[in-house]
This record gives sequence, C-alpha cells and structure tokens, in this order.
Amino acid sequence: MEKRVRVLVAKPGLDGHDRGAKVVARALRDAGFEVIYTGLRQTPEQIAEAALQEDVNVIALSLLSGAHNHLFPRIVELIRAKGMTDVLMIGGGVIPDADIPALKAAGISEVFTPGTTTTTIIDYIKANVK
Amino acid sequence: MNIADELLGGSRLALSRAITAVENEYDDAVNIMQKLYPHTGNAHVIGITGPPGAGKSTLTDKLAKEYRRQGKTVGIIAIDPTSPFSGGAILGDRIRMNELTLDEGVFIRSMGTRGSLGGLSRKTSEAIKILDAFGFDMVLVETVGVGQSEVDIVKTADTTLVVLVPGLGDDIQAIKAGILEIGDVFAINKADHEGVDRLHTELEMMLDLNQEKTDWRPPVQRVIANRGEGINELAEAIEKQIVQSKQSGQFSIRRTDRTRSELLAMLDEQVARFVRRKLSDYGKFDELVESVERREKNPYAVVDDIMASILR
Amino acid sequence: MDNESLKLKVAEYTAKVEKASAKFPERKNLEYNRLYTPLDLEGQDYERDLGLPGSYPFTRGVQPTMYRGRFWTMRMYAGFSTAEESNKRYRYLLESGSTGLSCAFDLPTQIGYDSDDVISEGEVGKVGVAIDSLADMEILFDQIDLGKVSTSMTINAPASVLLAMYIAVAEKNGIGPEKLNGTIQNDILKEYAARGTYIFPPKPSMRLITNIFEYCSKNVPNWNTISISGYHIREAGSTAAQEIAFTIADGIAYCEAAIKAGLDVDAFAGRLSFFWNAHNNVLEEVAKFRASRRVWAKVMKERFGAKNPKSWMLRVHTQTAGSMLTAQQPENNVVRVALQTAAAVMGGTQSLHTNSKDEALALPTEASVRVALRTQQIVAYESGLADVVDPLAGSYYVEAMTNQIEAEAWKYIKKIDDIGGAVVAIEQGYIQKEIQESAYKWQKEVENDQRVIVGVNKFQIEEKPIEGLLRVDASVGELQKKKLADLRAKRDNKAVTAALVKLEAACADDNVNLMPIILEAVKTYATLGEICGVMRKVFGEYQAHATL
Repeated sequence: MEKRVRVLVAKPGLDGHDRGAKVVARALRDAGFEVIYTGLRQTPEQIAEAALQEDVNVIALSLLSGAHNHLFPRIVELIRAKGMTDVLMIGGGVIPDADIPALKAAGISEVFTPGTTTTTIIDYIKANVK
Repeated sequence: MNIADELLGGSRLALSRAITAVENEYDDAVNIMQKLYPHTGNAHVIGITGPPGAGKSTLTDKLAKEYRRQGKTVGIIAIDPTSPFSGGAILGDRIRMNELTLDEGVFIRSMGTRGSLGGLSRKTSEAIKILDAFGFDMVLVETVGVGQSEVDIVKTADTTLVVLVPGLGDDIQAIKAGILEIGDVFAINKADHEGVDRLHTELEMMLDLNQEKTDWRPPVQRVIANRGEGINELAEAIEKQIVQSKQSGQFSIRRTDRTRSELLAMLDEQVARFVRRKLSDYGKFDELVESVERREKNPYAVVDDIMASILR
Repeated sequence: MDNESLKLKVAEYTAKVEKASAKFPERKNLEYNRLYTPLDLEGQDYERDLGLPGSYPFTRGVQPTMYRGRFWTMRMYAGFSTAEESNKRYRYLLESGSTGLSCAFDLPTQIGYDSDDVISEGEVGKVGVAIDSLADMEILFDQIDLGKVSTSMTINAPASVLLAMYIAVAEKNGIGPEKLNGTIQNDILKEYAARGTYIFPPKPSMRLITNIFEYCSKNVPNWNTISISGYHIREAGSTAAQEIAFTIADGIAYCEAAIKAGLDVDAFAGRLSFFWNAHNNVLEEVAKFRASRRVWAKVMKERFGAKNPKSWMLRVHTQTAGSMLTAQQPENNVVRVALQTAAAVMGGTQSLHTNSKDEALALPTEASVRVALRTQQIVAYESGLADVVDPLAGSYYVEAMTNQIEAEAWKYIKKIDDIGGAVVAIEQGYIQKEIQESAYKWQKEVENDQRVIVGVNKFQIEEKPIEGLLRVDASVGELQKKKLADLRAKRDNKAVTAALVKLEAACADDNVNLMPIILEAVKTYATLGEICGVMRKVFGEYQAHATL
C-alpha cells in the first residue's frame, strides 16, 4: 500500500514568524511525510479549504502572535463543518500552558511549545494519525 | 461515504477522497474509477512543463485566473518530486496559488511523484480523470520539470505548454531536444530578463527546423507571469492550438493513442503483479538468484523456466 | 620568539591538546580553533584595519569617547493592548531609568489594518499597541515630552503613516519636527526576507522609503529614517556573518534606490542606522559588531563615494536574542540576557534593548522588564565593561574572528551583487534559502545533542507551568472597535474623504513625495486602515512565495 501521511503546515493570522514552521516542514519531509506549506497570512477559511482539497491527515498550525485562542478553535469548527472528521490537528508556537486545556477541548489534539524537538512532533503524528 | 456517487453529485470532499483512494491504492480505488470513467473525456487537459525555476506555478496560477475570467472552471494538479531518501516531499506549488484557494470554480491538488522515476505516474492520469469526471472545464497539470516527466506529459495532456526562461545558463542547444518536440505552445517567462531576445530567436529557429515534421507550428509567447503580462495572449495561443488540433483530427488521434497507452500500461501492471504473485508460489527464488550470481545458471534460461512454469 | 619557532610550538601544543579533547567529544566540532596567537594576525595593520575609535574604518567604534562620553541609550521595546496601557508602561520605563522610548505595535497596525477589520480579529493589541489613528497616538505619548525624549518605532510598511502621526502629535504640543529625535525601522527588504509584515510590492515600498529619506533630510534632520535590520534575519536562523552580510546588502539596495531617486548620498547616509542581534556567543558577537562597522565604512566610502565621515559610520541599536530565551527554567534567561548585554556593550552598540525572562511565552510583566533594564544598568555602572573603549581590541581571537566574519560577509555581499542586488536576491529566494538552511542546521545540532541548550536538552527538570504571565485582555479588540466608531462619528468626514482622494492621486504619480500628503491625511483623523487601504488600491499587495 502506497499510503503517505499528508500534512498541512499552516500559518493562520497576521504572524510573520515562519522559522519554526519551515523547520518543522522540512523535518516532516525527512520523516517521509508529504508536506504542504501554506505560507503566511492564511485565514481560517483558506486553511480549511486547502486541507480539504489536499485531503490531509494532519493540520499543523503555527502561531506566535497570541491570537491562537481565537483562530485555532475557528479552524477546528470549519474543518468539522466540511465533514473532515479524521484530521489530526496540532498546534505550536508561543502558547502559554494555561491556554492549552481550552485549545484541547476545542479540538486541538496537542500543542507543542518552545523547546519541543521535531522528533517529538514526528513521533506524535505517527502514533496518532488516523 | 459512497465516494463516486457523492463526487458526481458535486461533493468536493468526495473528489478529494477519490484522489486519495487512487494515490494510496485503496481497495475501492478501481471501483471508483470504473464508476467515474463514463463521465470523463470532457475536460481539456493542459500539461505545463519546463525546467525548475521557470515559474510554472506562478504561470499556472495566472492561467487559471484567466480561465476563470472566461467563466471556465479549473482543476489543477501540481506535482513535486518525492525524496528518494525519505519518501517524503515538500509540495510547494500550492503556495504560489493562494488566491485561488477560496474560488469555488477551482480545485488544487498537490501530488508527489512517489517514486515513479520523476515521471508522471498512472496515478496522475487517474487524478486527471477524477477532476474531469467532477466536471472541470480545464485541467492544468504542472509537472516537476526534470527528466521523464517532460516527455510523459505528452501522453497525458491534450495540449502541452513548455515554459522556458532566459538566463538559466542554458542555450537552446543545452535544452534537451525532447522538449522542443513535445511542445504544442511555448511560453518564455520572465521575459523582462536579460537574454530573452536571444532565447526567443533561437527557439523560433529550432521550431522552424522542426516545422516539416508536423502541420502545427508551435507559437512562442512571451509572458511575465508574476506581473500577469502576456497571459491572455498565451491563453489565446492555447485556444488556437485546441481548435486547430480538433479540426485536423490530431486531437482525436492523440486521445486514442493515449487510451491505447493507458490500456497497455494497465495490462503491463497487472501482468507484472500476476508474475510477482506467482513468483512467491514458485519458491526457491532466492536460491536461483544466488546461482545466477555465481554464474552457475544464466538469467535468460532462468526466466524462461519461471515463465514456462507460471504459464502452465 | 620569531614566527617560525612559534609555529612549531603551536603545532606541538595542538597535537598534545588533540589527545585530551578526544575525552570531551561534544566540544570537538566547534568551528573555530581553540587557541589564537600572533600567528593568526599576520598581515594586520593597526592604522588600516583598526584605527582609533571614531575614525575610519571605525572598527573600534563610531564615537571617539564611546561610553566614556555617555552610555548607550537604554531603550526598552514596549507596547501592548491600548494606547492608554502602553502609555503607562512608557512612563514607568522612563521613571525607572530608561533613556529612550521604543514602540511595539500590534500586527494589524504593522500591516496597515484597523482594529475593526475582519482580519484583525484576535490580533488587536497582542504583540504591541493598537494604533488606529492620530487619536490613539496622542494618548500613547500623553505626558511625554517629545522634544526631550528620543523614540524608536518598530514599524515598516506603514512607517510613513506612523511617522506622520508622531510629527502631528509633536506639532499639537508646540514642538517642531526639526526638534524631533528618533528612528523608524522602515526596512521593508527584511520584511520580505525574514519578518513577514510587508504590505506593498518592492517598487512602491522603495518609493515610500526614499520619500521618507528626502522629507526628513529637509524637515526632520535629527531623525534616523531607517533601521536596517539584521536582528530578525538572525532570529530567523542565519549565522552571524549572514546577519551582517544580508543586512548590509539591504543597505546597499536602499542607498542605490535613494541615489536613483536623485538624492545625494551624503544628504541621507548620515541618518541611516542599523539593528543587530546580541546572540549567545559573546566573543563572536563582539567580533561581528566590529566587522560590521569596517564593512559598512568601506561600502560607503569606496562603493558609494560618500565624502562626509558621518556617512561612513554604522550606528547600531541592538536587541538581545529573543530566540535564545527558553520556556524551561525561565530564570536562566536573566543570565543569558546579561551575557548578551556584555557582548553588545563590548561590541560598541549605540542603543540596547534587553529581553525579559518571561518572553519565551508572553510579553513582559512590569517586574521582569525592570530586571531586564537593571541588567543594562548593572553592566553600565558596575561591571567595568563600559569603562574602556573597545576593550577587546588586540585580542588575538577577537581580531582574527573580526577578520574572518568580515571575509565571510564580503563573500555573501559579492554573491548577492552577482545575483543582481538584494531586491532580486529576495525575489529569487536566495536570502531566504540561506537563512532556512542555517536554521535547519541549528535545529539538527540541537536535536543531535551537538548543541546544548541548558534546561532544554541538558540539565532539564520537572516543571510546573509558569504563572503570572502578562495577558492581553481579549476585550481590547472590542474597545478599539468602539473607539473607531466614535472617531468616525466625531471627525470631519468630508475632510477625510478629500484627503484620501488627494492621497490616491499622489500615489499614482511617482514624482510626488507622499509624506506631506500623508501628514495632511493623518491630521484629519483618517485611520491607518483607510490610508493604507488607498495605498493598497494603487500599489497592490506583495505576493510572498516561500521556497522550502
């Protein structure tokens, strides 16, 4: 079987810091995944539609501007509305620990905070992707 | 989800799932394709090829926008190379087509070559058929632009657009002759760069030399894709080619040839699968390999034996 | 000892030490030698390569007296939430001994959107203060004498608008533009390459920048019209040599654009300033600072033929490396920042921002920003590092490293020249690719334990989530929306419309300097979003194409 894990690495909102997203994208490629990187300034609608068209298994959201509490749940909402029930959604960036429970409750499976290794992320995806 | 039915009913999610099913060779893939097949044959398929750095993605984006302006719907397949080491890929064409994501008349799917030797896999042709069955007027296929894919695209597309750029350190001579032969329309992108006149002149000369072989003289159109310049002229050139190839009968001939190649390829694949399966029944294959390597047996005789045994 | 005998002795020494190093493998792969001797400085000429501080090529510093004349400006980057909140923080910092202001704006402001724009949802006031109009600017500088304080504004694509607002606020308080001191970052090229808050495509962006150079040279002569930045390039993952090389290449592009627009190099070059990162490797950073001054001096004198010595001087603001702060054991960050401060001071910075210990996860609280400021004050008053000008000059290692970084920088600058300059290099993705490669290499080193980050991949502990972080209230967005509604109701909307119409026409004419027209518009209380909206309409938007 030829299945590859397809990951959408996305930068929602106005945040322009993409060092992490790009490093993660490369690491995921080196781990054997197919990675689609959206680039900057994605609206939740753009991210959800791209995820649908690419039929990704994972959506990895990167955000360092503090707008995660607003944007992440919105993206989960749109993904569900499109009927994509099996997508693994993860997030990373500058996200205080105190915000993580609410994000998880909203549908983000895991949040990777500063200092996380790419290996951790890759292992998590392999263990949790449907 | 009944993928084929929902796709034909207009579900974009089903469309997406269908492509995944053929890419990953799911069990229901063949079933899906059988159901969709009667609905194919309507979309006009344009293959877009050319060396890396030619700006194919940007040009694809602009061409798609032009077709949208004309009221046509567009399916896009963007192909990027799969790493032979990791099996993974960065599918980086979509990022150049960001503005099209929310256009309901457009669908963009990124695909990795997944080991088909840099060429266009059968999966690409199936993905094209899927977009075709969904109802897109145009299907644009953007290739990797190196190696086999440049030539393979002809087998898959109704119109092959070759994109070149000046100053990539290559003269026409260095550009493989194969490209010149497969292009139905040529675009010189980044036409504001140095060397464009020389490239254009050389290209026209080479195409003139080729002229006697066919009755369609491929036009050369200058564009500056990232500024959107020359795009509607390019679309017009493509339109002319489409009209002419239908009038002359080339269009049907090519499609029939394409169907023939596909059938043969599918047969080849089935045969290969069959042989592999039988091989494991045959047993002692590893021993045979060793004895051939030790020159105790020769490979030709071994293959004859195996075939005789399988076909018995 | 003559050179030959020294060479032999060093060879003996090296062989002995190699054996010992085998027992300490993590340290084996460092990219430079472990020992430097006079041999490493062969060919060095004091007059030509170093000179005195304040003299070409300025390796030893741009001012003769450096910190014996006055300390670097202690300028703490700050801003969040509403103008009222930020104003409080600015006054707190000034009272605590900060000697200059540095404004952080939120992302909608940096990208030219009003707080009530759909795309601003969730972002208002988060990474900086929300400024929607002159009204917010007036509140931001309430009770602050713009005639006495120098203000740096980290604003790029809409720098013209924020500068106009600043000038307008000063005017209202009876202070003429000629009295204003400060800086606008105004460096669009690094936005395309590393920071991401661009709006318009390169051509109109360069026009805006050169309009500002020209306007300020006549009307706001004490204003630094640009802060050509390497900080963000380094944060994005580049090496030290790449940081200064790519930034100087950007600087070359700005000079060329200004000259092409008809300005004389000496008319604007004296007001160009730079922005470096103060990273972890203390001595390498000092060498980097020194190398950067030498390279820029040569660029301005030899390449651009500038005659005024002020044009040859690389004046720099520095910020300690944010990306080196850890979320793990945040107290350690105070130590990191102290070392980075030492580097910046020994490197000869003109101005410095120090990060706070909690900034890996949030904007700083009052308490942590005070420690960050105190760090600078302790280095200034207690450590002795500021008592001597360019104290590390003559060190075999630092001089050799200065030469090495300079040589590497020239290589990159030449490469970019060959490509066709910084603008083309960015369009082709060359600079971005180099940065990404370095970033990836760094991460691999960390994950393979070849690079230790204390508390993260070595010396970890079990930790509880940090408490007491600064939180920006989500209601800031609603507050700003209401302010905007009130503003739009109260102002003279006819005047606003007229000003915007005038602006649109001016934008379409390349020969017009936009600053006076933007100043007019700002005074009618046209909002930032409205003004940038007009510019977006005429100039279009930049389409980024990341290559991975």
